[in-house]
Parts: sequence; C-alpha cells; structure tokens
Amino acid sequence: MTPVLETQKLCKSFGALTVAQNIDFRLYAGDRHALIGPNGAGKTTFVNMLMGALAPSSGRIHLGGEDVTRVRQAQRVKRGLGRTFQINALFKQLPVLDNVALGIAERRGEAPHMWRPASSHREVIQEAQELLSTLGLGDDARIPVKDLPYGKQRLVEIAIALGLSPKVLLLDEPAAGVPSMESERILKVLDRLPPEIAILIIEHDMDLVFRFARRITVLVQGEVLTEGAPGEIAHDRRVHQVYLGEQHHA
Amino acid sequence: MILYVISVGLSVTMGLMGFINLAHGVFAMAGGYVFATSLGRLGLPFPVALVAAFLFTALLSIALERLLYSRLYSAGELAQVLFTIGLIFMSVAVARALYGTLAPPVFLPDYLRGQVHVLGRDFPTYRVFIIVFSFLIILGLWFGVERTRWGAMVRAAVDHRAMAQSVGINTRLLFTLTFALGSGLAGLGGGLGADIIAVQPSYPSEHLVFFLIVVALGGLGSLRGPFIAALLLGIADTACKYWVPELGAFLIYAATIGVLLWRPMGLFGTRV
Amino acid sequence: MNANLTGYTGDPRIRLTEWLPWIVAAAAFFLLPEYLALGVRILIFILFALSLDLILGYAGIITLGHSAFFGLGAYVAGCLSAKAGVSDPFVQLAAAAGAAGLLGVLTGAVILRTRALTLLMLTMAITSILLEIANKWTSMTGGADGLSGVTVAPILGAFKFDLFGRVAFIYCLAALFVAWLLVRRLIYSPFGAMLTGMRENTMRMHAVGAPVYMRLIAVYTISAVMAGVAGALLTQTNQFVGLNVLGFELAGELLVMLILGGVGRIYGAFVGPVVYLVVQDYLAKQFPEYWYFGIGFILVLVVIFAPGGILGLLDKIRLGGRSS
Repeated sequence: MTPVLETQKLCKSFGALTVAQNIDFRLYAGDRHALIGPNGAGKTTFVNMLMGALAPSSGRIHLGGEDVTRVRQAQRVKRGLGRTFQINALFKQLPVLDNVALGIAERRGEAPHMWRPASSHREVIQEAQELLSTLGLGDDARIPVKDLPYGKQRLVEIAIALGLSPKVLLLDEPAAGVPSMESERILKVLDRLPPEIAILIIEHDMDLVFRFARRITVLVQGEVLTEGAPGEIAHDRRVHQVYLGEQHHA
Repeated sequence: MILYVISVGLSVTMGLMGFINLAHGVFAMAGGYVFATSLGRLGLPFPVALVAAFLFTALLSIALERLLYSRLYSAGELAQVLFTIGLIFMSVAVARALYGTLAPPVFLPDYLRGQVHVLGRDFPTYRVFIIVFSFLIILGLWFGVERTRWGAMVRAAVDHRAMAQSVGINTRLLFTLTFALGSGLAGLGGGLGADIIAVQPSYPSEHLVFFLIVVALGGLGSLRGPFIAALLLGIADTACKYWVPELGAFLIYAATIGVLLWRPMGLFGTRV
Repeated sequence: MNANLTGYTGDPRIRLTEWLPWIVAAAAFFLLPEYLALGVRILIFILFALSLDLILGYAGIITLGHSAFFGLGAYVAGCLSAKAGVSDPFVQLAAAAGAAGLLGVLTGAVILRTRALTLLMLTMAITSILLEIANKWTSMTGGADGLSGVTVAPILGAFKFDLFGRVAFIYCLAALFVAWLLVRRLIYSPFGAMLTGMRENTMRMHAVGAPVYMRLIAVYTISAVMAGVAGALLTQTNQFVGLNVLGFELAGELLVMLILGGVGRIYGAFVGPVVYLVVQDYLAKQFPEYWYFGIGFILVLVVIFAPGGILGLLDKIRLGGRSS
C-alpha cells in the first residue's frame, strides 16, 4: 500500500544549525499518527516542510505517491494536504462562516469569481454551515472569530482545514492553550474526524496522544528517535530519558 | 559616498529598529541647512559646523522620537509610512518658510578646496576627504555594532524587545539613542554633502528613492551592504553619466530592479 | 472596516445611504455651477483614490507608486491626442487603460514577489523611471513644460467640453459611476472576500490553497487600469498634462486623501478627496505656506489618533465608543 504522505531523508539546516536530519516518515490512509518530542525537537519545522512553507535542504517529500518536494504550498493544498497552526491563523475580523467559506471556495474553484456576490454562492455557504454544525459551531456562524472563546477559535482552525477536504491533515498542537474544560470538545471532534483521512498530530499533551494515536513517532533534536505503537513507546526507556522531568502521564 | 553616510543612518534605524522612516531625508536636510548656516552666516570653522550639524540633527531626532515616533513602533508599516510622509510635508513647508527655495551657499574652507594628487591623477580634494571620512565612519559604526555591548544590546532588543527588557536592557533609551545616532549621521551626511547635493526644501522627497534604493539593495540589517551598494551605485551613476548621459538615472533604477529580482533581500540582507 | 457587510455572510444590495454621494453630486451640479471645475477635479481624484483603496485598503499592499499608472494614463491620453491626432475621448481612455493595465501586470509580476520596504521602494523607483522618461523625452512629452495642445473631440459626437465644466463634470461623473459599480461588484464577490482574507492573514491564505501571488497581480492590474483612466480624465478635462502627475507630492496627497477618508471602505475614497480638495481650494489660496505644513500635520494627527480616518471616527461615534 502506498503511503499518502512520505518523506525520504528529509534534512534542514540554517547555516550551522541543523533542525532536521534524515527524517524518514510514512503516513497511510486512515492513520492516526502522533509526532512527539521535547521542545525544540523540530516538529513544527517538519510540518512546515511537509506543507511547503519551508524548503528542505535535502531529501524528498511524496504526497499521494507524487514527488512534491518542489511544489508550492498552494498546490499541495489542492492535492489534498491540510494543516492547522499551533498559534491560531484565523481571519479574526471575519465571521466564522467566512473563515471556513474562504477555503471551501478555493477548493471548489469559486474563489476567483469577481461578478456575483459571495453571498449568492449557495453551495459554498451551505457546505460551510454544515461543516460548522458537525463541529458544534453551527450557531456561531455569523459571529466574528475574535469574539469567540479561545477553545472555539481552535475549533474554527480545524474547521478551515477540514473545509479543504484534505486527504492528509496535519494538526499542530490542536489543544494547545485551551482550558481543560473546552479541550474535551476538541478531543471529541478529533475522535469523530472522517476515518479515511490520514492524520498527523503534533502534541505535548500525552493524555491526548495516547487516547488518539495508533502510532507514535518520537523526534529529538531533528532526528527520529523511534517509532511504534503507543504501548511500545510508553515503555521505551530512551523515550523516558528524553522526557525526564517533562512527562505528564505514561 | 555622501549618500552612503546618509543612507547608513537609515539602515541603522530601519534595519536595526524595524521602523520605516521615509522622513530620513528630513534629517539630512536639516543637517545640511545647519551646516551651511554655521559655515556661512555664523562663520564657524568647518569641523565645528559638522559637529553642529550632527548634534542639532541628533537632538531634533530625539525630540521627535520621544514625542511622535515612539508611539508608532508597533503600529504597522502603513502607519509608519503615512506618519513619515506627514513629517516630510511639514518639514518641507518649514524649510521653505525659513530658507526659501534656493540652496544656501556653502563656503568650504581653503584647505579643502582645490585638487589633490593621488596615484598619478588629480582628484578634487573635497571628494577625497569625503571618501576617507565616510570610510572612517563605517569603521566606527562597524566596530560599534559588532564589537561593543551597545551593538549587541540593540540587536537583541530588535530581535525580541520584551525579552531584552526582561534581561534588564532599557529598550526605550536604547531605541532613542540609536535613532539619534542614525539621524545624526544623516545630518552629518547632509552637511558634508551640501556642496555637492544642494540643500533645498525638495531634498527629502527628491532623494528619498535613492536612500531607499541604497538600503534595499544593500540589505536591511547590514552595515556593509549599504556601503557597497552606495559604492556600486556611485560608480555606475558616474559611468552612465559619462557614456550615456541621455539615460540619466534611468539605468540606476533598472539595475536596482534587476538586482532585487535576483536577490530580494538585498546583496547582504539578513532580513527583509 | 465593515467586514460584516461583504463576504459570504454579507448583504450585497445597495443600501440607501450608498446613493448619497450621487445625490450630492447631482445637487452640486445644479446648485453650485461656479464650482464645477473643482468638482471635476474631485471626481477624478475620487476615482484615483478608489483605485488606491483597492490595493491598499483591501489587498493590504503599501505603495507610493500609484502615480505611475495615473501619470502613464495621463500622458498616453495626451500624447495620443497632441502627437497622433487621435481625439476621440473613448479611444484615449481605452488606450490609457490599456497602457496602465499593461504596466500594472508587468510591474506587479516583478514587485509583488517582495514585501514591505523593498516593495515600497520599487514602487517609487518605477514612478521615478517614468518621471525620468517624461522629463527627458521632450519631443513626445513636452518635458518640464508639459504637453499642451491636447484636443478632445465632442463626446458621443455631441457634447463638447465647455468653459464652465458642465460636460466635463457629467463625463467624469459617469466614469466614476461605472467604476464604482464595478468596484462594488468586486468587493462583494468571492474574489473580494479573498482579498480581505489576504489582508487579514496571508499565511492562512497560502494554507488554504490560494495562489496569493496571482491574485495580487490581478487586483494590482485592475487598480492600475482605474488609476490610468483617472489620469486620462485629468488630461482630457485640463487639455494639458505636466510632470506633476508623476511627482511625489501628488502621490503623497492622494495617500492623505485616502487616509483622511478612511482606508478599506469604499466610501473613504469618496469622503477623503472631497474634504481635502474643498479645504485646499479655500485655504491654499489664502495661506499657501501653511497649507503643506497643515497637511503634514493633519496626516500625523490622523495616523496617531484616528487611524480609521473620518469614516472611522464616525463609526466610533455611531457605535458609542466601541472600536469598529
């Protein structure tokens, strides 16, 4: 079975500083894969390279079997790659519906239309509304994002990515900064994500990781330390060492 | 070369402080006027006039920075652009009111006039002086920024202001002083160059493009960059005026666009 | 910025208050016949400001180079008439629009890869290049003396420009009306929503698959065409074109006009020029030395205390102090 997302010997250096070294990574359809590692391990850099926001120094990236190492971000998105940002990247002044609709319109190719008003593009609006409803944001459609509590904003972040109908979804710390009362809602959403999407989640919250992931990769100082099922990782002594003092729960 | 001295001040404020100060030419103009007035009407000796130009401009910039600029550090590029354009308009009006539209005459001291014999050719003394002086300034600046604590503090404060503050660096004072230095240098440049580049009310807007070109070509956040850029531009400009005078500054602009396409961060830029 | 009115949740129907500018214009035509020349100038600058608002207020690109398109349009119309003898007004407009559009596409492709300072500098450099050309190519442009002898044939074969500016006013008003309709369509369309998105969060736009660069070039070109038409209108109504159309002062003044009115809301481009040019007409004659100073001063004040311009202030008052 071909992986939907694959990297081969991915490396990235900024001058003398190496942030990624020979990362081999494979993600298959329907995977629930977590990427963990101490702060500064290079996780977000890795995601940025996968998305095409950052060019690798060497190595290859394959999306859906095709080499996308040189392909621009917007193109990769069109081919089914979506992401959320660790720090919200939302259109804060705009209503929730618009935030999601922008991505849906891009996907449907209706975004460059200059003549008919946006509000008359019924299918886009309907799809956005339905998506919001499945995430529990249905009633908030017309509220500007900046007026929502942080937990709901994180959900909008996920909603935008889902609106792109991705085949691969990269979630960068989706529950980060969310008060524990609201994070349950996010966890429920994550549980209910479409099973055919391949998901890579970066997280520090070990509860979430062990609840959600079926495979875990541990990244330390830009290199893959180990990869395996949650049970194996939990008992791996090297992982314990790396997380000495940082571990929440095993 | 004079334009380097002026532009390096801009590279300091823009590159190190991240503030788009289009009114930089205003400080150069102010320095030029002070210099000319000191030399002419006040009859002060040349070195004193230069110092006066530097000091006046630096003090003026401190006043402006405290009162106005500091409100806009986090205001976004558009606000900074608009604000500095407003400053240009105001200062042009003031200059016109005070000095009229003609450039004040510059009376160079005798020891700087005439020709100097270097490497078998005659060069105007004053131009040689400017080149040497500018070179010394670069050295001084380079040393100051790269080697001293001050330079390290400025660079730290620009990279992460809150962090620098929590380490005990007085960022406010630092920015004010750095701004004063950059603007003072502009004033110095304006004075130095007064003989060659006429000091008129249209000065800030007329030469704005050039300052920006030198900084953008040289690369923000670099001191070497604007110098080399000014050097290259100066040579190119002279060469063009010699061989194809009809094209004037046209080629300079075209070359700038060309270089920036190839290297959008400038020749030596460390940040866009 | 009234983000709630555009976009996917917006309401694109023309509200009653939006007819206000046109009512005012019609009233001015009938009630203030001595001021029609000023009125023409205002209309042209509203068009110019509108073009700048598209790129500055909606797409978020800071440029000081819009005079390039304005000036190019002005000179193309002028040269076409004075040098090539083409005096049909619509042909002149079309040529100006085409030239400005072409310049827009070409320069946009080049400079929109850069941002902030570099972009700003490049826009100024391009304008400077055009200014140099206009200055040196005296046989075509009249150099520093400007180009006179611009003739404009009667519009639609019947309406000749009269001394009082009546025909000119209606002509420019019609042009502005068309432009307004088109810009409004654009703002309310999905493309307009996307522009807002690009301005709000460019990084996110990349991450939803928007070809940001291409879209910027598109809006830049549209904006350039509008500015070019405005320039041509100026030449046609003045029957003269001079170097000042490419000058820094004009670019600065336009920026002031737009900021005064309020950026990123179509009607800022209407309010700003009206206020600016009316006040200028009155004050600049009386106190020319203070005018420039005053403009700079107002700009500084607006930037520091009222970044939303006049319309922004009105919004604040209307909403009782809540930030708009």
